[in-house]
Amino acid sequence: MNNAARRKIISRIVEALCALAVVLALIPLAMILFYVLTRGLSALNFAFFTHTPKPVGEAGGGMANAIVGTLILIGIAALFAVPIGIICGIHLAEYAGTKFSSIVRFAADVLNGVPSIVIGMFAYGLVVLPVKRFSAIAGGVALGLLMIPIVVRTTEELLRLVPSGLREGALALGATRSRAVFGVIVPAALPGILTGILVALARVAGETAPLLFTSFNNAYWSTNLMQPMASLTYQVYTYALSPYDDWHRQAWAGAFLLVMMILTLSIAARLAVRRLERMNRP
Amino acid sequence: MTRSHDDRIFGLATGVFAALVLLIVVGIAFELSRQSMLSIEKFGWSFWTGKVWDPVSGVFGARPFIWGTLYSSLLALILSTPIALGIAIFISELSPRVLRQPLAYLTELLAAIPSIVYGLWGMFVLTPIIRKVELLTPEALRKFPLFSGPPVGVGMGTAAIILSIMVVPFTSSVAREILKNVPSAQREAAYALGATRWEAIKVAIGYGKSGIIGAIMLGLGRALGETMAVTMVIGNAPVLSLSLFKPQYTMAAVIANEFTEAADELYLHALIEIGLLLFIITIFVNIASRLLIWSTKRRTIRPVIFPIVAEEESAA
Repeated sequence: MNNAARRKIISRIVEALCALAVVLALIPLAMILFYVLTRGLSALNFAFFTHTPKPVGEAGGGMANAIVGTLILIGIAALFAVPIGIICGIHLAEYAGTKFSSIVRFAADVLNGVPSIVIGMFAYGLVVLPVKRFSAIAGGVALGLLMIPIVVRTTEELLRLVPSGLREGALALGATRSRAVFGVIVPAALPGILTGILVALARVAGETAPLLFTSFNNAYWSTNLMQPMASLTYQVYTYALSPYDDWHRQAWAGAFLLVMMILTLSIAARLAVRRLERMNRP
Repeated sequence: MTRSHDDRIFGLATGVFAALVLLIVVGIAFELSRQSMLSIEKFGWSFWTGKVWDPVSGVFGARPFIWGTLYSSLLALILSTPIALGIAIFISELSPRVLRQPLAYLTELLAAIPSIVYGLWGMFVLTPIIRKVELLTPEALRKFPLFSGPPVGVGMGTAAIILSIMVVPFTSSVAREILKNVPSAQREAAYALGATRWEAIKVAIGYGKSGIIGAIMLGLGRALGETMAVTMVIGNAPVLSLSLFKPQYTMAAVIANEFTEAADELYLHALIEIGLLLFIITIFVNIASRLLIWSTKRRTIRPVIFPIVAEEESAA
């Protein structure tokens, strides 16, 4: 009897500890969001979006070039990572059982775990070293390499969610495999594939490490893809390490913008999945 | 006839793109080894054991960085594992149904916050707090090597705390998946034998043990390669020390700080060699982790699904 009571108490204690773990994880989350929100919002102004950085010592200025830079960089990344990722995902879903597919699937998972700074070094060797110049292209390649495994795996999983009746129907009507895939299965999974892209974009938009020695930074307005390009993350990093209060405030504003951008992307991703789910429900 | 021909072309054409993924992994290994040849040839094994990192006189030993990476990741795991497992257990076993999805979403939000934002928060918010704690540490305690060093706020302990926060969502979401996939017969059998709730959970954990170890290793892989946040709070001093207070350095941080400053080729190659080692370590940790997770999931017929999709599904 005594023993049973003790076991029950132990169970209760462990349950309480588990709840405590949740609270412990949510405290830093709340703290980070709070600081990013309050400090970021208070430093945001119109100039932040329209001006380029001022030289050291001058107050004011903004991150216009870095905002555009980040958009260009993730645009380049998406441009080459999305087609590769989607076609690779299609292969994995269509030939799910082959040994080759399981090896590729495994490689994609492992690639997803490679530190982003290592990917940056790879892009450096690939794009920067041959021409001896930091460039937006190099940064885009680094981010694209990070995107590929995410796009691959989500595309594959979501194509598998498409009811097999659709594929069988297309094949029964005499469609070739490519017709069935591109005419029926991919359109059905399109919102899901879009999700994969959004998730991947959300992940790479916040990356700094792979840009350090690929797209580098640029204090001036530039849209030249062969030149170094500013990015929000790099700018936040530079400003955070600087000794100036004004730059610290701008770093928080940049962080606020980054977090907002990433939250928007992941909420959009969620909505897209929800649509797919609803479509598949009988 | 033409149809099977068509299908074969489709398989081959998409297969080429799939092979690209393999090519990237091999390409990274090849490129990094090629670009670090000078350093590999000049220093050999002494690169890994040497304690001196002196770019000016061209002497490169990476031991302090390797130590810093391993030590900070280990500390981060010690902090994050109980919390991540607690979260996984709470969400999959204890939480009321309505709370499940919001809690899962909130904890995963930790993974969405960019590393640079963690770093910014670490520098300006966490570091001052840690400094205060360090100043309050009693003198008697400061005699132990663990608490020696100056109470400056930046250092190993701060880096480990930030890392542990960043690693929690990765471990907890995979561990949650694993627990969800454990057949309910396992728990029911335990209850039938008179088990308490915790005892039944222990049975479920035992069933998914290898997958949960895989989840922890996935977090380890993340911690080993984390760059920005660590660089901003660890203090960047190449020291071999057990101290939580002392500024130290990691492999990823030294690459981030010195890569663009590497003026001569040997210096650059030495940095890339550190990147190569980081790549090799994380590849092995990730391979082990994925194998453990896969083998556990295969026992439970459900397909492997990306976390963000899996939640939506469970809500259905």
